[in-house]
Amino acid sequence: MKIAIASGKGGTGKTFLSTNLAAFLSKTEKTALIDLDVEEPNSGLFILGENIHSEDIFRFSPEWDRTNCIMCGKCQSCCNFHAVLKVKDAIMVFPELCHSCYACSELCPTNSLPMKKYKIGVLNHYKFNELDFVEGRLDIGQEQAVPLISQTNDYTANRLQKVIGIYDCPPGTACPTVESVKDSDLVILVTEPTPFGLHDLKLIVKAMKQLGKKFVVVINRSGIGDDSVEDFCNSENIQIIAKIPNDRRIAEEYSIGNLVFDKFDFVRAELENIKAYILKAGGSI
Amino acid sequence: MKEIVVISGKGGTGKTSVTASFAYLSSANTVLADCDVDASDMHLLLKPELISSEDFFSSDLAVIDYDKCAGCGRCFEVCRFKAVSFELDKFKISDNNCEGCGYCANVCPSSAITLVKQNDGNLYISDTRLGKKLFHAELGPGAENSGKLVAKVKNNAKKYARENNLNIVLVDGSPGVGCPVISSLSGANFVVLVTEPTTSGIHDLSRVIQLVKKFHIKMGCVINKTDINYKASDGIKKMLVAENIPLLAELPYSDNFTHAMIKEVTVAEYDKGIRSMLQDAWDKINNLI
Repeated sequence: MKIAIASGKGGTGKTFLSTNLAAFLSKTEKTALIDLDVEEPNSGLFILGENIHSEDIFRFSPEWDRTNCIMCGKCQSCCNFHAVLKVKDAIMVFPELCHSCYACSELCPTNSLPMKKYKIGVLNHYKFNELDFVEGRLDIGQEQAVPLISQTNDYTANRLQKVIGIYDCPPGTACPTVESVKDSDLVILVTEPTPFGLHDLKLIVKAMKQLGKKFVVVINRSGIGDDSVEDFCNSENIQIIAKIPNDRRIAEEYSIGNLVFDKFDFVRAELENIKAYILKAGGSI
Repeated sequence: MKEIVVISGKGGTGKTSVTASFAYLSSANTVLADCDVDASDMHLLLKPELISSEDFFSSDLAVIDYDKCAGCGRCFEVCRFKAVSFELDKFKISDNNCEGCGYCANVCPSSAITLVKQNDGNLYISDTRLGKKLFHAELGPGAENSGKLVAKVKNNAKKYARENNLNIVLVDGSPGVGCPVISSLSGANFVVLVTEPTTSGIHDLSRVIQLVKKFHIKMGCVINKTDINYKASDGIKKMLVAENIPLLAELPYSDNFTHAMIKEVTVAEYDKGIRSMLQDAWDKINNLI
């Protein structure tokens, strides 16, 4: 079962919930935590474990080989991303614009654009007691998070079966978020009861509906703001499965890099609620 | 004209609250651009009145015309994005997976596939209660090309600034280090980093500093929630010294950020203490650019 932890707004507590929920679930269930927020992967700051596998992650872009090129220009005309340009006596490739569709490479009549691999990041797999933890980590300066997210997902699907997978997703509603949630069985949207939280919750709810995803809400820092998030969820018939209270002690523990699921009863009680919901939903998925 | 971009790496450090406060403290010669296009919140504090709205068409989606389709499956063979599947009696293209590369349309022997431009969002120009123009956008749910939309918002704001002899463009960036952030950094004169003294905040700050260094842009840093962990705050300050990045302000952990938001004002208007710290920071920035 794949559970994506997402939010429109950044900093609402995705990583806080993902790490604590995964560690809590792993006491009784076979659990994996997967950090797909590859631009800023933070779950690993809370989950220290033994590294059992690491690999470089690549994506493919064409590289011009002038030997047999007849300068027909097919490569330029078939690239929809303007990543291949025919200039006077050369073919220029802009890898940062390339989406790795292979069209130019495979349609070239002289095989003059072989695909070359470029490193975009790394994948790490750790074991923390009973918990499997997998993270993707984008190299600085790389623009495209999606290929790394997709390969981290593939690795997890191949290596870890019959587990409850908790997927820590990137913020926002753009393509990295869609790539992260698209195969999930359930999406937990973490929000905070503030005007910014509400505004961005509405955006991600719209995105989840468009993707046809089953989703529920967890309110973090409950009590800090106003009732508008709860009013919105009620009017939209969106189930709120837990409310984690606003408490400075949580923020302090988080700042040190500590998990809190076994420290504060009021956090554990909310995690129990989420676990009960997940296990019940697991039967119907 | 100088372009100041506010980013944070980590989300939720108070980037938008700080940017909106700078917008309040800045001179009348300022244009505002919200480039956090998939979670744009700054307008919530500035009572915008919409002046104009423009559709943003950018990505393509492959669509099959079944009157022409011979069912050969060539599209299925060439697609690298698992967007084509065979369901019941025909090949289908998934909107969610299609990358818009057009490879399938290019090789279809029956010319049954066309690319259709998608509305990926909207671009807005608004008047704000601060008397400054705000250029903002809303990315369609799950849409591609956030980097291009960021570039468009910024270029529109810069064009307006040039035409009206305004000398500051203040940009609210997005979290992360990927394509929308890189897009918001191109052409910037100064980057304000908003961070918090948490393990996540520091980790993400160091990644975002590495990124900005690649662009050779001057930086300054605002530490928010500094009293949540003094030891970590000291760690950030040491990092800033080592990187030769000036500290612009140290703000307290305060519920007033949220209270201001609920009142739809900037935290600089709501809390006098924070206001003077941010005024100080804004003055420092203006001396540095």
